[in-house]
Amino acid sequence: MSKTAMFSNHKYIAFETIVIKEVRRFSRIWLQTLVPPVITIGLYFVIFGNLVGRRIGNMGGYDYMDFIVPGLIMMSVIQNSYSNVVSSFFSHKFQRSIEELLVSPVPNYIILLGFIVGGMARGLAVGGIVTAVAILFGGLTIESPLITLSVILLTSTVFSMAGFINAIFANSFDDISIIPTFVLTPLIYLGGVFYSIQLLPPFWQTVSGLNPIFYMVNTFRYGILGSSDVDVYWAFIILSVLIAVLFTACIWLLRNGRGLRS
Amino acid sequence: MTVAIAITELRKTYANGFEALKGISLEVEQGDFFALLGPNGAGKSTTIGVISTLVNKTGGSVEVFGRNVDTHIFETKLDFGVVPQEVNFSQFERVKDIVLTQAGYYGLPRALANKRCEKYLRKLGLWEKRNDQSRSLSGGMKRRLMIARALIHEPRLLILDEPTAGVDIELRRSMWEFLTEINESGTTIILTTHYLEEAEQLCRNIAIIDKGRIVENTSMKQLLSELDSQVYIIDTSNDLTGKFEQIAGTEYELTGVTYQPVDEHCIEVTITAGVQLNSVFKIMEALDVKVLAMRNKSNRLEQLFISKLSQNQ
Ligand SMILES: Nc1ncnc2c1ncn2[C@@H]1O[C@H](COP(=O)(O)OP(=O)(O)O)[C@@H](O)[C@H]1O
Ligand SMILES: [Mg+2]
Repeated sequence: MSKTAMFSNHKYIAFETIVIKEVRRFSRIWLQTLVPPVITIGLYFVIFGNLVGRRIGNMGGYDYMDFIVPGLIMMSVIQNSYSNVVSSFFSHKFQRSIEELLVSPVPNYIILLGFIVGGMARGLAVGGIVTAVAILFGGLTIESPLITLSVILLTSTVFSMAGFINAIFANSFDDISIIPTFVLTPLIYLGGVFYSIQLLPPFWQTVSGLNPIFYMVNTFRYGILGSSDVDVYWAFIILSVLIAVLFTACIWLLRNGRGLRS
Repeated sequence: MTVAIAITELRKTYANGFEALKGISLEVEQGDFFALLGPNGAGKSTTIGVISTLVNKTGGSVEVFGRNVDTHIFETKLDFGVVPQEVNFSQFERVKDIVLTQAGYYGLPRALANKRCEKYLRKLGLWEKRNDQSRSLSGGMKRRLMIARALIHEPRLLILDEPTAGVDIELRRSMWEFLTEINESGTTIILTTHYLEEAEQLCRNIAIIDKGRIVENTSMKQLLSELDSQVYIIDTSNDLTGKFEQIAGTEYELTGVTYQPVDEHCIEVTITAGVQLNSVFKIMEALDVKVLAMRNKSNRLEQLFISKLSQNQ
């Protein structure tokens, strides 16, 4: 085998290697990665969906349980995509095993794609389990599979990259929990997971419009239920712009070696 | 002769303003076994960091087998493997997975990766440990795992940063044998060390680095020939008390030979280059001293090293 033939699909093999490594990582520590979100979301179903939800009755024209299911699935996908990349990439930095990649001939965009797909894999794995739990709690019909699937994939991509940037700037384990706690969680909770913004006064409706997660949650809900607080085209434009901006930022940071090369 | 690596006027100033490399130039030929020798903080790891792209250089250039590492990142990276000074693999991965993942980063197809993984883990005595978590390995095994990992893409040039630091004597010897073997099979080797003995035992050519400057760049042979004196320790069966103190000014005195008692049966003799050992034995004979054993005092190279460094003040 000649050297060029041997390495002709180098990039694909390298990409696949990173993805397998990422999936192996979160599967190995499944008690920390897969189980807690499922328990939390299961509790939401029981408490908000069943107990409290029965008293709430109707939200945005749907049964409260039906209303929050899409929001909770989206929440688990966002949190887990982000969390996978931020903790995996930071622990690579912390253990210095990131040097294996930096010294190797793997191009930056392949490194990035590998981690994004790793984050998506965990986001979708947890999202899938949560969906299964939701079905157990009372069934789920999907109005528009295409919109549902595309919005979940794009959202997962966005938050995988956001986690990547967080990890690049992080210098300690504290730094990888600050953003999720103080930025991500509030944005998710205020992003219409639990309520329709029609309940809010006009001023707060406008403020909610500045929260990108609001569009993602509502478009996902549109995909499942067939109605939404937002125009779905806006959501796809916002998602596309975010992906373009974040991808460029990640590549720029990798090329610069920010936090990686001295 | 092909040049494996050519470093020209390499400079590195770290973000805190510290100038770790002050313009170093080096050339290592293909097939060489080359030592970059220097005390702690001399700039050895920084030099290797620049070659392996973990350290962004401030100036200068690096060429690997004739190709500039800045413009031919992909090709040059396939040509070398690096064994870093500090452990840099994931502590939670299995030994085998660490090597196979590296193979994937270099684009090796699965079957070939498996074959080479077995080959190098066996060679480095780690095959039995292949399914263990890497954090359970001893220090020496971790080092060998990093060597196996660096060889998985069979690079033409292997660069090792202090490969035997903190490794016990026995293991150090077996690692030396292994490195000699792969050098003989054609791999160019560059290693950094602060052990003189290591450089002397293994390397054909040597550069001495200190405070970010190359203070000497020559063959090991040439360096050793610069030693202008040899020190021997001689054990005798006589009581030597007072014997050698009295010979100054007598017929037994020899120019270029000095004596330093160690204890009553042992003496240290320093002999300047050019003085025949026979003449020293003749004196011993005449003084009726029975020589039981004689050995070379091994710090002679150290003295030379220290004198090279002190010239770089
Ligand atoms: N990231 C860094 N920032 C600032 N100074 C550094 C950094 N890394 C190394 N140095 C300094 O550069 C000098 C050379 O370091 P190094 O190349 O590691 O030496 P060696 O490997 O020869 O022991 C040392 O004085 C060290 O303190
Ligand atoms: Mg060093």
